[in-house]
Amino acid sequence: MPLRGSRSAGPSGRLLLVVALAACAARASEITFELPDNAKQCFYEEIAQGTKCTLEFQVITGGHYDVDCRLEDPDGTVLYKEMKKQYDSFTFTASRNGTYKFCFSNEFSTFTHKTVYFDFQVGEDPPLFPSENRVTALTQMESACVSIHEALKSVIDYQTHFRLREAQGRSRAEDLNTRVAYWSIGEAIILLVVSIGQVFLLKSFFSDKRTTTTRVGS
Amino acid sequence: MAGGREVRAVLVALVLLAWSAHGLYFHIGETEKRCFIEEIPDETMVIGNYRTQLWDKQSESFLPSTPGLGMHVEVKDPDGKVVLSRQYGSEGRFTFTSHTPGEHQICLHSNSTRMALFAGGKLRVHLDIQVGEHTNNYPEIAAKDKLTELQLRARQLLDQVEQIQKEQNYQRVRRRRRKAPGRYREERFRMTSESTNQRVLWWSIAQTIILILTGIWQMRHLKSFFEAKKLV
Repeated sequence: MPLRGSRSAGPSGRLLLVVALAACAARASEITFELPDNAKQCFYEEIAQGTKCTLEFQVITGGHYDVDCRLEDPDGTVLYKEMKKQYDSFTFTASRNGTYKFCFSNEFSTFTHKTVYFDFQVGEDPPLFPSENRVTALTQMESACVSIHEALKSVIDYQTHFRLREAQGRSRAEDLNTRVAYWSIGEAIILLVVSIGQVFLLKSFFSDKRTTTTRVGS
Repeated sequence: MAGGREVRAVLVALVLLAWSAHGLYFHIGETEKRCFIEEIPDETMVIGNYRTQLWDKQSESFLPSTPGLGMHVEVKDPDGKVVLSRQYGSEGRFTFTSHTPGEHQICLHSNSTRMALFAGGKLRVHLDIQVGEHTNNYPEIAAKDKLTELQLRARQLLDQVEQIQKEQNYQRVRRRRRKAPGRYREERFRMTSESTNQRVLWWSIAQTIILILTGIWQMRHLKSFFEAKKLV
């Protein structure tokens, strides 16, 4: 029975299916965007059932470096919801076909706009060669290459996160620098104004007293 | 039975392929401009693919493709100079290579004003941006250079390592090609921190001096004032 079925499907049909599966299982979208204050931005993706997906996000600049994130499946069920998070990673397996939606919200912030990075990985990476050429198992060299490739992918991933943390640190340092500059100028001015003001106020007390004493005298 | 199964397999394959064409999408308003930031080292290639769909009020769904609808793509380099500023159709592909390391800004906005009349102002944009070694199309490279599988895998590993190395270089700054200091990340970070440190130091010294000087001035001024008033 199974033999008959495979013969009837035809080699071309199977080939197309395999190529299509390889193509559709392949996607990682890495996007950095700016989220204005009191704004919410949503992204959608159509995912096939059973695909393993990962959503990672990190806030790079702005305010307290936090954002609300929400991930919903096609029925509207909330799969992931976190408020005021700086960085998180969420893995899920698509339970059904359809459009999955994830939103980032900065609605709690009144005037700071944020820069948010997210990486949405759908399925596994496509194989380098179409699978129908594969007749034998991978040789040792090839499997070594595959494991090096996987290791380098994780190196690139860590490097990205390091770069984002550095950008975040730099953003905080620049904020601090500006604040220190404004505060020092402001405090110097206040100091001068207060001390000069004190002197003139004191003088004014004695001036009044002098007019009263002269009147009393005469 | 045999033909039916084959047709079904082909149909499923085509549907899956259509889904995979452009994955992530978002909605954009009529005059809205959406900007994306890519922080990349120099000599890195970036390829962006987008596809737009217009909302059709009658069928209450997005039309598969609308001719005459265009998107304006503008890319700015870290210095603010415009690298790419072009109008594309409803479906387009833009490419640029960075010559300066840093934050490049890719901005998209719709050029069409007909949207508000026909569509109620909703446009769906599918976007896919690939950077660096992800832009390489390995099956194409294999066919062009006639590489065996092992050679192709070695080429892929070499590309990955090159990208890691470029990123590391940008991060640390071992080379300074131009006069402008602080273009590279950690150097900028260090300069900002050092500047803050110096500012705090100078400010505290200056404030102490101002404090002492105003104190002295106050006392002398008041003393001369009281002497004039014959109270001292």
